[in-house]
Amino acid sequence: MTATLHPPASSPAPPEARGARRPARRRRGRRTHGALAGWLYAAPTALFVLLLFVLPLLLVLQMSGSDWPLLSGNQGPNFPENYQVAVSNRFFMDSVIFTLKYTVLTTVILLALSLGLAMLVQESSRWKGLLRTSILIPSALGLASASLLFYVIYSPIAGPFADLMASWGFTFLGTPDGALWSTIFLIVWRYAGFYMLLMLVGLQGIPDDVYEAARIDGASRWQTFRDVTLPLLRPTLALTTVLCVTGSLLAFEQFYILTKGGPDNSTITIVQLIYSVAFQGPNDLGVAGALSVIVLLALVVINIAQIRAFGKKAED
Amino acid sequence: MTRMTGRTRRALGVLAAGALIAGLAACANTEEPASSLADAGAEGIDDGSTLTLWTRAPLEKQAKLLVEAYNDSHENQVELTVVPNDDYVAKVGAAAGSGGLPDLFAADIVYVPNWVEQGLFQDISAQIDGLDFKDEINAGHLSAGTLDGKEHVLPFVLDLSMMFWNKELFAEAGLDPEKAPANLQEFADAAKAVQALNKPDTYGTATGLNCGGCLVFTWFPSMWADGEEVLSDDGTESLLASDPAKEMYSVWKDLWDSGAVLPSSKDEAGPTWTAGFTEGKVGLMFYPATLLSSTEFDAGVAGIPGPEGGASTFVGGDGLGISKDSKKAAQAWNFLNWMMSEEAQVGVLAKNNDVVARSDLADNEFSAKDPRLVTINEVAGDGDTPVAINFQQAFNAPNSPWLTLVRNAVLGDGATVDADNDEITAVLSE
Repeated sequence: MTATLHPPASSPAPPEARGARRPARRRRGRRTHGALAGWLYAAPTALFVLLLFVLPLLLVLQMSGSDWPLLSGNQGPNFPENYQVAVSNRFFMDSVIFTLKYTVLTTVILLALSLGLAMLVQESSRWKGLLRTSILIPSALGLASASLLFYVIYSPIAGPFADLMASWGFTFLGTPDGALWSTIFLIVWRYAGFYMLLMLVGLQGIPDDVYEAARIDGASRWQTFRDVTLPLLRPTLALTTVLCVTGSLLAFEQFYILTKGGPDNSTITIVQLIYSVAFQGPNDLGVAGALSVIVLLALVVINIAQIRAFGKKAED
Repeated sequence: MTRMTGRTRRALGVLAAGALIAGLAACANTEEPASSLADAGAEGIDDGSTLTLWTRAPLEKQAKLLVEAYNDSHENQVELTVVPNDDYVAKVGAAAGSGGLPDLFAADIVYVPNWVEQGLFQDISAQIDGLDFKDEINAGHLSAGTLDGKEHVLPFVLDLSMMFWNKELFAEAGLDPEKAPANLQEFADAAKAVQALNKPDTYGTATGLNCGGCLVFTWFPSMWADGEEVLSDDGTESLLASDPAKEMYSVWKDLWDSGAVLPSSKDEAGPTWTAGFTEGKVGLMFYPATLLSSTEFDAGVAGIPGPEGGASTFVGGDGLGISKDSKKAAQAWNFLNWMMSEEAQVGVLAKNNDVVARSDLADNEFSAKDPRLVTINEVAGDGDTPVAINFQQAFNAPNSPWLTLVRNAVLGDGATVDADNDEITAVLSE
């Protein structure tokens, strides 16, 4: 997969390299000039990467090793105490377990559903346009706006199901399981279209003659799906899984707006924990930074594992 | 680690230098002379400066009235910024870290001890000592802002928790609409009587069982009314597992189990916790006195009773102080000085049916018209404001141990009060 991203190694040498064989007097001037131009071309991107990625990352690393209360700023180094406080937070284990549970549920449901939808839209010809559009529309809504929309829909006071909830004596967000599944429903509604689109691109990349060959060999629909579609869709599945897992591990807005970690602290995700340590109580940016670094490391490990796993299977 | 720090610093230095140059260029034409509290004198400076003031959304109405009245009568102009309640701490924190606090900013009185300790407010002891009515200023707010004998905040808006009842529903339920329930059990009986009317969408009482701040505000007074304390003097130990406290939880558990509490109270996290009563659908509840002017039907008002009787209130609301970053402290003091004057307290706050922060002004032309204001002002004298450095974490945060305690005690089986109380103490003493 990655090889296609880079230009072929055997591309012709750039003119600058050929110019290097010229006499020394002229060469120096040209090389400096070329190097300067190169730096200038690279500068905007480099500046953005530096300002928006490297600096914040370094700042978080520094924070995670410093005593850094929100209200009074950096008070000097505090390593490794921040990390000890971070992992001994009374919600740390609960939030890790909940985040993993949420990630597994979301990823499985979302990917299965979006693959199904993609195959549906690909096959039906008559309603294709309408179907694709209606499934994709929720993706045009910001996640925070979508969460607010569902907050009202789920509301036992203002929502359209208020009377129903009153007569059945339950509320969507009132029990731990209810809150979890209500949030998963929102996420599936919001993202199914987006993942369907990715799956559709993958499906359309599978050449027709492979299917034709399968049909000639007398493969059933299920066999075709299992032995042709799925293996050839592997790069797409890898991409969507990585995206979905990473996105779910970093879940925040939907829970912040819908449940605020409730009821009874049952839906605290790890990012919410970071937010609450930083802004809702301890107001300790040092510990919040330490938690962020832990999450970052976990993400790196999980993503490497996922890419390896998908890469290995592809070789088999 | 140290190498990275060095590199970050150098990079930050370059950035900061760039920002400074840009800042200097932008400021060159509009620079105003800086002033400090030393120049303030008794009344501060009124020279047409622009002051910035931040407050949180629940106090928007009162803050707007005060700022408008000040701007109309002074050369100085105050620009008011209202921040959503949940975002306020984060916004103040970010501004404090970068030296960007406004000239004046309000703080929920329960956060004031922590913020004063962190050095966010300037010391205004000399100015406050110069006020000849200093002893009449609400003591709870003043002491919350006092650190090592130095005062840092003045009461901006007082918000008291009171027992409100809907007189019409009381009359329908056969209760005396002019008589307040005398203790917590009578409160519960009244709620059940209103519930027994079986009117659609009408409930006995309501509260915010998923809102730590609401519960602190409305349940602590029941303890004070009985002469109990909720926190140790130094604010590091929770006393919320006492026998009267357990009695209070059991009254509420009984109310909840009997179905006399608005069902949405169970998940109510704060935004709409008063809505049911304001709409006239709740018989009686512990309710913020700042909403008196927005409550349009005939409501009775009394202090919050304890299990044994008595009456008390939570003296909440916001304190206002001059920020550490203010370059116009003398002008900012001018606003604070005016805010404590009779003109502002009576002419603005009392006129809007709000509580005044000076006891010598409690009887005024507006309270004379509405005896409920006299009741509120009288109970304010018996009220309390808890002081603890880790108050937000222990009580107001969405994942606070106080919420766990109340939810277990009222919605659960009520067997874990002692263990849950120990958890509050653990957080308070961190």
